[in-house]
Amino acid sequence: MIDAVLNSSTSLTVRQKTHWSDRIAHLSLALVALALMVFLAFPLGAILMQSLLGKAGEFAGFSNFITYAQTPALLTSLWNSVWVSIVVTVITLPLAFGFAYAITRSCMSHKSLFRGISLIPLLAPSLLSAISLIYWFGNQGVLKAAMQSVGIAQIYGAPGIVVAECFSVFPHALMILITGLSLADARLYEAAAAMGTTASRKFFTITVPGAKYGLLSAGLVTFTLVMTDFGIPKVIGGNFNVLATDVFKLVIGQQDFAKGSVVALLLLLPAVLTFAVDHYVSKKQTAMLTARAVPHRPVPSRGYDMAMTAFCTVISLLMLAMLGMAIFASFASFWPYNLTPSLRHYVLGMVDGEVGEGFVNSLKMASGTALFGTVLVFFSAYLLEKTKGAGWLRAPVRMLAMLPMAVPGLVLGLGYIFFFNALSNPLNWLYHTTALLTLCTIVHFYTTGHLTAVTALKALDGEFEAVSASLKVPWYKTFWRVTLPICTPALVDIARYFFINAMTTISAVVFLYSPETKVASIAILNLDEAGEIGAAAAMAVMIAGISAVATGVFMLLARLVDRRTQAWRGTR
Amino acid sequence: MTDQPYLQLRNVKKEFGAFTALSHINLEIAKGEFVCFLGPSGCGKTTLLRIIAGLETPTSGSIFQAGNDITRRPPAERDYGIVFQSYALFPNLSVADNVAYGLVNRRVERGAIKNRVTELLKLVGLPGSDAKYPSQLSGGQQQRIALARALATSPGLLLLDEPLSALDALERVRLRQEIRALQQKLGVTTIMVTHDQEEALSLADRIVVMNHGFIEQVGSAMDIYREPASPFVADFVGKVNVLPGSLNGQQLSVGTFSIALPRVPARDSSTQSVKVYLRPEDVLARPVGGGAASFAADDPHVFDAVIEKIEFLGSFCHVRVNTPAFAPHKLTVYLSLNFLTEQSLVVDSPLRLKLLPERLRLF
Repeated sequence: MIDAVLNSSTSLTVRQKTHWSDRIAHLSLALVALALMVFLAFPLGAILMQSLLGKAGEFAGFSNFITYAQTPALLTSLWNSVWVSIVVTVITLPLAFGFAYAITRSCMSHKSLFRGISLIPLLAPSLLSAISLIYWFGNQGVLKAAMQSVGIAQIYGAPGIVVAECFSVFPHALMILITGLSLADARLYEAAAAMGTTASRKFFTITVPGAKYGLLSAGLVTFTLVMTDFGIPKVIGGNFNVLATDVFKLVIGQQDFAKGSVVALLLLLPAVLTFAVDHYVSKKQTAMLTARAVPHRPVPSRGYDMAMTAFCTVISLLMLAMLGMAIFASFASFWPYNLTPSLRHYVLGMVDGEVGEGFVNSLKMASGTALFGTVLVFFSAYLLEKTKGAGWLRAPVRMLAMLPMAVPGLVLGLGYIFFFNALSNPLNWLYHTTALLTLCTIVHFYTTGHLTAVTALKALDGEFEAVSASLKVPWYKTFWRVTLPICTPALVDIARYFFINAMTTISAVVFLYSPETKVASIAILNLDEAGEIGAAAAMAVMIAGISAVATGVFMLLARLVDRRTQAWRGTR
Repeated sequence: MTDQPYLQLRNVKKEFGAFTALSHINLEIAKGEFVCFLGPSGCGKTTLLRIIAGLETPTSGSIFQAGNDITRRPPAERDYGIVFQSYALFPNLSVADNVAYGLVNRRVERGAIKNRVTELLKLVGLPGSDAKYPSQLSGGQQQRIALARALATSPGLLLLDEPLSALDALERVRLRQEIRALQQKLGVTTIMVTHDQEEALSLADRIVVMNHGFIEQVGSAMDIYREPASPFVADFVGKVNVLPGSLNGQQLSVGTFSIALPRVPARDSSTQSVKVYLRPEDVLARPVGGGAASFAADDPHVFDAVIEKIEFLGSFCHVRVNTPAFAPHKLTVYLSLNFLTEQSLVVDSPLRLKLLPERLRLF
């Protein structure tokens, strides 16, 4: 009897009243969700829609895909993209692994210098290496004869794409592998040594299995980056067509949105696969290293360290040769006949090519991306990680925050055209504006910033919010007084990442600019198309210079911020 | 004790999906009481504390504090201060700013805040540490600051979630005593969650022993220890020997050993099997043939034993003995080191033991 009474009363589930300050949090989270829907989910949906529509906008089922499969030229591009990406992955992965191995597992000197040099390709648009290759091996290249003597007729086409891509993706693969290789437990090596294991056996039974997830992840990232890169094949591809250039030609050249969207979906495929595998792998990776692992410290060994130094020197020299040639050629008066230094190309690019304005636009966009992107990313991550309630919103927002990782810039840009250029869209006025370029770039690079913010927030004590609530201090005050000051180093990191990528990105914005809002990286592409390769080199070098200066400024800022807000850290 | 309890839990239940974390929790806590929630990990004690704090919402049931139904109130609308195992001090704020954190928001005058902070830091034994950062303090000192911060707004209820677990053994005992002294001085109603029985026994006015989401027993430390209400409580709090026996009326038999119990719960008269719970210290020991000091020869509570193993633990020893009467079950008893030394008892020494029948518990 009593039980029955109790049970009937327990069927009413207690729901806590929502405090007004929590309502603000829920509303903010809903706004974030809305923004990510409008600027990410809807444009991607627009591509899907477009791929199923005919020329006149009628529903066409899978006919676009069938036409695509029946167009030999397009299938050739697909095959080209795939094999070039595989070749680049096969070349880059061992080289990057060797480099990462030298940095994490040897006692060679000047590690930070080598590491710094290896990151050079990140400072400029990827096409810088393509431009540089043209100066080395192009029709009037200094080493053209040497190249032809080994049987390569010309650099334009697959050879150029492969070499240039190897350079531009190297730092991406390297960073992943360094992370993978630094997660080593010294105890395993000590145990192996105690059993008298040979060095090569240790390498294949401990090192390689330990780094296998990193290798897999680096391989997939390399493949996807090459597959979806637009700048390099545009500059050095010649008549060698790949998917990325096809999309551009189909959409901008022929206005064939249906086929363009089919190709875009093909580009999305490897990226989504990479994302899925990476997600799976990162879960495994964290489980591998326990809190009790003792970090592995390399021991000096003369011959081995020398060999590693030699290897890294060769790679670094190649990196420097790439940047160096671009710099040298940008100052040459008239390549290859008059090599006396002049600022001719800089003047030509900045004034005649109107890239000066492009730089202003680039700086506007990069600053906007860094500022608004950082604010949005961090605030959203905070709402996700540290506030409670509105559970139904959290899973979708979390997913949308991770999604940009799986969306190549070209695809995102194409989605923006389809979605924002539609006359029926009330946000149509955004099209061609710097604001939309900025938004697109924020979304494009959202995930890395999001992950950085989440990592920083997870490092904080989980009970700060509970303590605040018990003291009747609303969450936003604690956010402002505690969370934000503690996380400023992460904020600076996120801002730097956004800024540099906004300066160098081409793929997403190539669909979205107007003559008034053209950014510098796009202007370089146009200069190259107009045959002004010298000016293109000069402008690419300038972007690299600005990125380098910006990196320096952000590092200074980080130090300043550290001194101001992190005084409590080192005081133990 | 006033008529109305300060805190009242009625039929509180908490489910996480299919898992029932708490079922039918009924509890009343008087104003000024110090109550410990004691139990193994996963018993629901922390969940219960978090429900009282509003950090979790019960699936059903209701909670009253000072006569008000607070079941559906969010944490910010309740009246309590809380201290966590992790301290949760704001690392970028000075000690003074940490303690003043809740005061600043209440528009307390600046001078008054400063006085209050000084007063609280003195109260927790850390005067003059205003300008320091938490990272400059030891774990115990940080937890004292967290306590000061929780008490700053003079809450009616103080919640402590395993506040001592992260500290080293010495610091733990010291802070334990300070917390108790402070609580008695301020008279604040306090609930502390702990899995450490020693902590609970030494601190609490009343202990709530929990297991698998149920309250097993509520009582004073002495009640819990001497009169455990269930086998779980007897087993969880302190050590205990468990022997199978049978009960016929007042006559209890274990092996070949048989005694009459002074008091027996009303059961039916037929013989039934029982489990006998005997604490290791509830046995008196004498040497064999020790003359005047030995037990009376006809005492039915006395039996012979032989030492099988001695585990040295400092001032007293865990001694495992072989008792022919209880065979094949063995008994562990606590004997003082002095006794063992004086009687030169070693492994294989014979011994006479006497049961204290009023201390036996039957389940």
